[in-house]
Formats: sequence, structure tokens, C-alpha cells
Amino acid sequence: MAAPFDKSDDSVVVVIGTGAGGGVLAGELAVKGINVVALEAGGRYLPEDYVNDEWDSFAQLAWTDARTTSGNWRVSRDFSGLPAWIVKAVGGTTVHWAGASLRFQEHEFRVRSEYGNIPGANLLDWPLTLQELEPYYDRAEKNLGVTRTHGIPGLPGSNNYLVFEAGAKALGYKNVHTGRMAINSEDYDGRLACQQTGFCFQGCKWGAKWSSGYVDIPRGEATGNLEVREHAHAARIEHNSEGKVTGVTYFDKDGNEHRQRARLVCVAGNSFESPRLLLNSASAMFPDGLANSSGQVGKNYMRHMTGSVYGIFDKPVRMWRGTTMAGIVTDEARNDPSRGFVGGYEMETLALGIPFMAAFLNPGAWGREFTTALDSYENMAGMWLVGEDMPQETNQISLSPDTKDQWGLPVVNVHFSDHANDIAMRNHAYRQGKAIYEAVGATRTMPTPPYPSTHNLGTNRMSEKAHEGVVNKWGQSHDISNLFVSDGSQFTTGGAENPTLTIVALAFRQADHIAEEMSRGAL
Amino acid sequence: MQKENVLTRRDLLARSMGVAGAFTLGGSFIAATDAAWALEVKHLQPRTMATLVQMARDIYPHDSIGDEFYAIAVKGYDTPEQAPGIEEGIAMLDGMSGGGYLDIGWEADRNAVLRRVQDTEFFQMIRGGLVVGLYNQKEVWPIFGYEGESFSKGGYMDRGFNDINWL
Ligand SMILES: Cc1cc2nc3c(=O)[nH]c(=O)nc-3n(C[C@H](O)[C@H](O)[C@H](O)COP(=O)(O)OP(=O)(O)OC[C@H]3O[C@@H](n4cnc5c(N)ncnc54)[C@H](O)[C@@H]3O)c2cc1C
Ligand code: SF4
Repeated sequence: MAAPFDKSDDSVVVVIGTGAGGGVLAGELAVKGINVVALEAGGRYLPEDYVNDEWDSFAQLAWTDARTTSGNWRVSRDFSGLPAWIVKAVGGTTVHWAGASLRFQEHEFRVRSEYGNIPGANLLDWPLTLQELEPYYDRAEKNLGVTRTHGIPGLPGSNNYLVFEAGAKALGYKNVHTGRMAINSEDYDGRLACQQTGFCFQGCKWGAKWSSGYVDIPRGEATGNLEVREHAHAARIEHNSEGKVTGVTYFDKDGNEHRQRARLVCVAGNSFESPRLLLNSASAMFPDGLANSSGQVGKNYMRHMTGSVYGIFDKPVRMWRGTTMAGIVTDEARNDPSRGFVGGYEMETLALGIPFMAAFLNPGAWGREFTTALDSYENMAGMWLVGEDMPQETNQISLSPDTKDQWGLPVVNVHFSDHANDIAMRNHAYRQGKAIYEAVGATRTMPTPPYPSTHNLGTNRMSEKAHEGVVNKWGQSHDISNLFVSDGSQFTTGGAENPTLTIVALAFRQADHIAEEMSRGAL
Repeated sequence: MQKENVLTRRDLLARSMGVAGAFTLGGSFIAATDAAWALEVKHLQPRTMATLVQMARDIYPHDSIGDEFYAIAVKGYDTPEQAPGIEEGIAMLDGMSGGGYLDIGWEADRNAVLRRVQDTEFFQMIRGGLVVGLYNQKEVWPIFGYEGESFSKGGYMDRGFNDINWL
């Protein structure tokens, strides 16, 4: 079925990365009859391959190629080589995402106008409105089978959720439910309903949780128009003297270098690898890297304001049973500067197993303050806090001057420091999270610092004006018409919501645009 | 195994009573009081290993987790490559303890020593290694109540994912 394309075939679209953005885009272009070669640095693992074991799964799926870090974020101290916890595999990070699928709020597409000038923040309005994206949000929700949308019922509440719900309601929160999740509450799209197994971060062995790796990619392959090359690490994007891209060089598993010619290239390697690829593709014509006339490639790195609160009770909760993310409070997602910060945040339940809890509860801590918390693991409930962080030009992905990967390519350095607004928001969220658990009798609460990044955004941002960003409202680079960015790095700002539904909506929209432009001969 | 190569119940009792200086055995084994487990050391001095086990417990003290799990978590240091660094690190710890770390009777007093060395590479290596070495042992998970793998049992759909009864 899946047609192998010739490497000299310059009529194909090359998509780099097969995660939320690239996987959906590649599948959708193929369905539209467009020939696609998708290059994926990782291997292919399917539900039968996933393992219900945190560290074994990490070894199977995580991106562990070298990266370096700087800035005052604590991750740089505690996990200096692991700035992000993301996946290298067909399906990308959608293999181990939790599945929370939320739309941006209307004002989050125009925060520069809404929030005004925030010192130190490089805010910009999106060149796109919620209204324009709505039809694509609909498609994305149907594709992912998002609960509580389009008549799909919500998931049942787990123990972790029930504690959270009781506390939130006692505090007076109104919008409390088991979430809009890309997890089947009943059989959907040929996939089973969730069995509350509780290893969503390790890949869903039932296939109940959506992943582009086993939904969109095989759908595309079935058309005969999509070839996925696994263990194919894109190294450089090449261009001709007219400044149009012509192909991609990549390394296979054995370190052999190949060149795939292309009519069009779409970059979707997540917000570290996408700018890295553009920067590593610098040439005499584009000395600062491809698509970088604005100097914004790699800048404005956002990772969401995050943090967790764990609460300990005098009776068992057993939070690990059931979906990893089991419910949400959205009341704090509004923009209400009277709280002391702009933007908003979501509170979402979260559970980790003992191995990850030990690693992430308070990295570096030791002694009884730490171990007595773990001793109460059975009586623990957990939530994750996720909110809009401020884009700052100084928070950036750049090429490391001295560290190279196994292919000899400069790796990225990830520089991040919190903005004052991020800190004010986190402190507010910690207080509210603690209050939720105390309202139902927590005997101890623990404000837990951010984990290595799971949401990576903004490093090739969309802008109306070419000098303010890297791509236009279609994800097409301002500088090179046949070069697109198709992942979370397009985000102009981050919103309070988990990003994947928006990444997927943008991918569907981009697929429509590319198909139209190709058929009218413009691309 | 030769009797005198084994850290005996009496030695361990002595240690737990804070007179572990009595622990003078040569040879290459340390073992549980009830001989439920034994660990052969090939490259480290047994006393060094015993000190390392105590240090591991003091870093991540769980009263319901037996010594054998701490021993398993640190036994990877018993290699020709690692042993010299460990001997040196433990010698430093003993030095900071005014003689022998194992001779300090109260955890709080051992903690005071650990706090003085907590920024050293040695301490950080031991602590960092324990995060996975101790907590990723499947045998310790039940002690925390953690149930581990659940797919083969059909998940928790019918096994208590929402069985909370005290709210
Ligand atoms: C633990 C966890 C939980 C999460 N939960 C949620 C959630 O509940 N809701 C939500 O909205 N989001 C969630 N996310 C975030 C979500 O997974 C990401 O936002 C999303 O997958 C990002 O999509 P992407 O296309 O930008 O990148 P990815 O999905 O990461 O895909 C990038 C792909 O590109 C490949 N690649 C990179 N460089 C190259 C190269 N040079 N050559 C070839 N291939 C390359 C990578 O191997 C990878 O497969 C979670 C993330 C994590 C880690
Ligand atoms: S809890 Fe549900 S969605 Fe999560 S891994 Fe298990 S079956 Fe899949």
C-alpha cells in the first residue's frame, strides 16, 4: 500500500516529524491525494509494544539525544540534559500525551491587544481569530474523538478526580468535570473504550487514547500516497539559487546520509528540533538560518506556566488507578488582572507512579521531609497547573557552540527564565490547588516545581508582519514560499490550554491551504 | 561462603545500637540479620558497603523498607572502576563524622554530616543513583501500595478506579 517514493522525486511533499502536527498533516495530505514522504527520527511502536512501566517506557519512547540548558529555571539545574520530556517515535509526543483537548479562548488569539504592553514580554496578536479556526477545531475534535464535544459522553471520574471535584466544589468552583479528553469514553473510530489502565503517559495499550501514530499515519498510508521513513533524522533543508527549498538531507539508522528531493517541505519536529533544523540549514544565501530574516527563529520559547500540587489525606486515594489526567477546573482560565497577573490557568488532575513521583516530587530533595511524603503515596491526590506564560525574546533555542549529536550536528541549548507574570500566576495556582485539597481534609500539601517541559511552543511564531515572526497565518514561512512550519512552534502565544488540539486544528487548516495552493499552481 | 566473611546478625544489631565500630569483619559479604539476603562485595571493603547502605537509608529513609533494597540500590558501585571513588567518598564521610559514620547513633546527627557534604559530587552521585536504584525496584512498590502494571489485569475499570468511599 504505502508507496515508496524515489529519493530524486521532486514532486513529493516532505514532512519532517510525525507527531501532533506532522502526523496529522502527512495523513491528511495523503487523503487529499498528495504524495508525501514523512521523515521520522524515531521508530514505530504500536499499542502492543507499549509498556506499563515508567522508566522502561521512557527508555523506549523518550527523546534522549543530547540537549543543553541555561537560564534560571529549575529544570536547568535538576535535569540539565533533559529540558523536555517528549517522544522520538512515529506519532511523536501524541504517543504519551495525556489527551486533554481544549480550544483556545477568543481573547487568547489577541493578547497583545487584550493585555496591553507587559514589560519584558514580547506579546503579539495571532494573525488568526478563533472564528477562523472554529471549523478546524470541529474537525480536530471529531478526529481525536474528544469527550464532551459533538455528543461524545464524558469519561467516568476516578478516585483522583473525585477528591479533586469535591474540593473544587467546596471552594465554589463551577466548571469542574472529567475533561475534554481525546480518550474514548465508548468505542470510537474503530478503537476501544478506555479501561482505566492508568499508564496514559506510557502509550495507551488499548488504543483508547488518540495518537497520530496509530490513527492518522496509517490512514494516510492506506491511500498509497504516504511513505513514512522511520529512523530518518533530518539534518538540513536545502535550497536553490532562487531561494526555494529543494529537498532534505537526513541520516538513517546506520548513519548513512540521504537526500530526498521535495516540492515543498513542512517542518514539524516540535519546538526545539524545528528551529534547530532551520538554524542548522544556514547557507551563504541565508547565513542566519532558513526563514530567519526576522531573527525570530528559536526566540520566544514558551513552555506554559506549570507546577503541580499533591495533597496527602488520612485515607487512601490510589490516584494511579485510571486515566493519568482525569478532570479539570476551568474557572481560573479567564483573564482577570485583579488576581495580580494577566492570562489564566487550568487545573487538571495528574497522577504519577512511584518511580516518577520519586524523581519529580521535589528533585534533589532528601531526608524525611521527602520520604514521609512518598510513604503516604497511597493517600495522595495530584493535580497539574497549566497556564499562559509570557513569550520573552531572551527565552530561546539556539545552537550549542560545542555539543554535537551522534550525527555531528550541533544540538540545541534551551534557555529559559520565568517572567514575573509567570511567577505570580504560579503562586496563585499553588494557593488555589492547596485550598482545593484542604477543603476535603488534606493533612499535607506539596507545591511541586515544574517538570521538564511537555508543552513546547513559539519558537517559529506566526505573525502578520514578516519582521515580527517566522511564518504567516498558514504556517508558511515569510521568507520561503515552499517552506512551512506545522507544529507547536508556530504558536504566537500559548493560551492557558493544553496545546495539542490547536496544533491539530492548524495542521488540518494547513493541509487545506497547501492542497488549494498546489491545485491552483501557486506551490 | 565462609562464616567470617558474613556480616552477622550480631554485627547488624551492634550497628543498630550505635556501636557499629564493632563491625570489623574482613572478607567480602554483608548479610541480613536473618540471613534473608546476602550481598557479596568484590571490590569494596565490606565496611565501606555497610556505610554506603546506611548513607543510602539516611538519604531516603523509609522505615518499612528493609536494608536489602538499599543494598541492591547501591551494589552497582562494587566494580573495579567505581570502587576507588566510593572508598574515597566514604573516607571523606567518615572523616566528617569524626571517625566513623556508622558510629553515629542518631539519624539526626548523621543528617548533620550529610548536610555538610550534600553539595559534593559524591553525595549527589549517590543520591541521584538512588532515585532510580531504590524506587524503581518492583519489589518495593507494594510497600508504598503502588500496584504497577495493570494492562494484563484489564486495567482498573472493574478493579476500583473509583472505589473511594470516604468523601
Ligand atoms: C507527558 C506529556 C503529556 C502531555 N499531555 C498533553 C495533553 O493532555 N494535552 C495536550 O494538548 N498536550 C499534551 N502534551 C503535549 C503534546 O504532546 C504536544 O503538544 C504535541 O505532541 C506537540 O506536537 P508537535 O507536532 O509539535 O511535536 P511532537 O508531537 O513532539 O512530534 C515531533 C516529532 O518530530 C520528530 N523529529 C524531531 N526532529 C526530527 C528530525 N530532525 N528529523 C526527523 N524527525 C524529527 C520527533 O521524533 C517527533 O516524533 C503532553 C506532552 C507530554 C510530554
Ligand atoms: S487509562 Fe485509558 S486512555 Fe489511559 S492508557 Fe489506560 S486505557 Fe488508555
